[in-house]
Amino acid sequence: MRIIKDKKISDDDWIIARELDDSAPIPEGKVILPFTYWQANCEELLKQDSIHAIWIDGDIETEELSEDLKHFSIVGLDFPAFKDGRSYTHARMLRDRYGFDGELRAIGNVLRDQMFFMFRCGIDCFEVSEGKDAEEALKSFNDFSVRYQAAADDAVPIYKLR
Amino acid sequence: MYKYDNYDQTIVDERVAQFRDQTERFLAGKLTEDEYRPLRLMNGLYVQRYAPMLRVAIPYGLLSSEQLRMLAHISRKYDKNYAHFSTRQNVQFNWPALETVPDILADLASVEMHAIQTSGNDIRNTTSDQFAGIAEDELEDPRPYCEIIRQWSTFHPEFSFLPRKFKIAVSGATDDRAAVKVHDIGLYLVKNDAGEIGFNVIVGGGLGRTPFIGPSIRPFLEKQHLLSYLEAILRVYNRYGRRDNMYRARIKILVNDLGKEEFTRQVEEEWSHIKDSVLKLDQKEIDRVKGFFTSPDYDNNAADDTSFDEAEKSNKAFSNWAKRNLFTHRVAGYKAVVVSLKAPGIAPGDATDEQMDHIAALADQYSYGEIVVTHDQNLVLPNVKQADLFSLWEKLSEKDLATANIGLLTDMICCPGLDFCALANAGSIPIAKQINDRFDDIDYLHDIGDLKIKMSGCMNACGHHHVGHIGILGVRKKDEEFYQLTLGGSAETDACLGDRLGPSIAKEEVADVISKLLDVYVEQRQDEERFLDTYRRVGITPFKDRVYPKTAVKEKAYANN
Ligand code: HEM
Ligand code: SF4
Repeated sequence: MRIIKDKKISDDDWIIARELDDSAPIPEGKVILPFTYWQANCEELLKQDSIHAIWIDGDIETEELSEDLKHFSIVGLDFPAFKDGRSYTHARMLRDRYGFDGELRAIGNVLRDQMFFMFRCGIDCFEVSEGKDAEEALKSFNDFSVRYQAAADDAVPIYKLR
Repeated sequence: MYKYDNYDQTIVDERVAQFRDQTERFLAGKLTEDEYRPLRLMNGLYVQRYAPMLRVAIPYGLLSSEQLRMLAHISRKYDKNYAHFSTRQNVQFNWPALETVPDILADLASVEMHAIQTSGNDIRNTTSDQFAGIAEDELEDPRPYCEIIRQWSTFHPEFSFLPRKFKIAVSGATDDRAAVKVHDIGLYLVKNDAGEIGFNVIVGGGLGRTPFIGPSIRPFLEKQHLLSYLEAILRVYNRYGRRDNMYRARIKILVNDLGKEEFTRQVEEEWSHIKDSVLKLDQKEIDRVKGFFTSPDYDNNAADDTSFDEAEKSNKAFSNWAKRNLFTHRVAGYKAVVVSLKAPGIAPGDATDEQMDHIAALADQYSYGEIVVTHDQNLVLPNVKQADLFSLWEKLSEKDLATANIGLLTDMICCPGLDFCALANAGSIPIAKQINDRFDDIDYLHDIGDLKIKMSGCMNACGHHHVGHIGILGVRKKDEEFYQLTLGGSAETDACLGDRLGPSIAKEEVADVISKLLDVYVEQRQDEERFLDTYRRVGITPFKDRVYPKTAVKEKAYANN
């Protein structure tokens, strides 16, 4: 899929398994699994020496995966619609509270005008939806050069700079 | 008042550029209407019944004369020569063309103003007491904390896509003039037993379809923890606030569903993780922001003036005005002056470009160039010497800005209603007019005294009807406009929701019914009782009986309310 990673456009070969029955056989190749599938099959999965990747939606509590984070190189965060802002908190919990330092990938309806916020919450990789202009989207990281508050990026409260 | 530095200016300038780009992409067809809508909404741009509506933030209601002049200029250049001041201390333009909005924002940015987060599901403009900084009953000026909150909440990356909009109000006075308890978060500055000043934190108040007076979840919060505690509340809300039903999405519903104890527990648990993080406020920063809200150089001899007393004695019109439109200042010889935007015949809260220019000039001349917007849709000149009051009154009168009705029946809060708003069930402005036409005897109004009428054109309650002494809510029945009345509400320190009077009434009857309610009050009142006090003492029955004589109700003239 087309992604923006570390503010650069690239292609990678991860596939997101949007739907996967818990009892389905373990998929071949590089697949970002639903977290529920991971929970149901983690013993099997841990026997493989591949790298693991999962995704969560807003309904899953970040507390639930905190113990397993060490196994994941990618955690996908779902943004089903512009209005559903739960994954912003997910991102910050994973970064700030659980110290996750793998890839946080925004998946779903990833909109250019929200990427600045996502990035600030600790998301470093963005799925580029079909038909969207990735070059155009890259510009959004530069929308604002000043940040008032600290978040999961390197910003400090602005008053400390004043 | 707060002055932008380079950082603040850069942010508003970059916002203008960003919104210009978004609007150009939309006009070029690169963004669909659906994609553009949430973007414009984050910038206060609604599309209403006849035209777009642009809402501009006035942080905690404070304006410089230069800023007010810019609002006048914008109304002249891009709109129809007037602006509407709202109950959230903001200002709205009802007729700008979409293509011109980026230019309007650029004009605003040139005077340190913006429309950031004036709509959308984000943290809105923080509101406060219009008499902040000058009130006698004030423990501490709330505005530095409003400004600290403004900066923290502006483009907050985690809280820009909340389940629903989020409103914060801060008051530092004994008398609550900021309707603190009907906000998503309300903060009262309070003193603890050790004599330190901190915040009493109220969460989950609100109006709309399901009104609540918010409970306190922490009676004392140290100032240094202000932002970490707000962040904890917002995080719990962002995670667990309902997103499936727009009408159940405000934090008040979450607080109510979980119960105050459980909600508080969750906030405290979250807070324990972030309390000592970088969110902890430095005293240095608090002091720095406080430094912007200093008192002007008051004249120590201001109280020596005798002209004010003389004018009050000799001029009835002036004395009526002085009785209602002045507010006691903590410095002797000074008053805060309320400029009434409730002259009969205009929509409550509207001001023309000429009036705005005029008020700006008067602010420069008499009040150190500052103006405050009140939550009941008037303007305040906070620092006027009493020796200047008479000439100020004369000059305000020239532009119909000296109606002596502050706090009286005709000082109504009124939403735009059917005249402008796409969600309205019924008109509000025509009802305001009906009431003004009916009650045009100033002596009668003064005799009736303090009375807060608040009016909304639909359940969304933009006009705060639930907390009016008399609340008026527009409803629609068989495609006709009807009005549901409530009595006994209050948004002040003794905040409570009004009680329903009875079945809704027809449009042409509103003033009649109010007249009957006032008759009951006049018959029943004791001593100096206000309408609200009498109501609280005698209850709803006498009012009900007068408005709905038993037989009429049986006839079901008004059908199922
Ligand atoms: C004409 C365009 C307007 C539209 C479409 C609009 C829409 C709404 C809606 C949908 C709500 C309910 C939100 C909720 O309960 O979640 C609301 C609430 C509110 N609006 Fe408006 N409004 C408009 C104008 C105004 C104006 C002019 C004012 C000020 C005079 C105002 C002040 C408020 C206030 C104070 C609330 C608070 C109720 C609460 O927070 O619970 N609105 N508005
Ligand atoms: S109360 Fe209803 S009619 Fe009035 S402005 Fe709000 S949404 Fe519109």
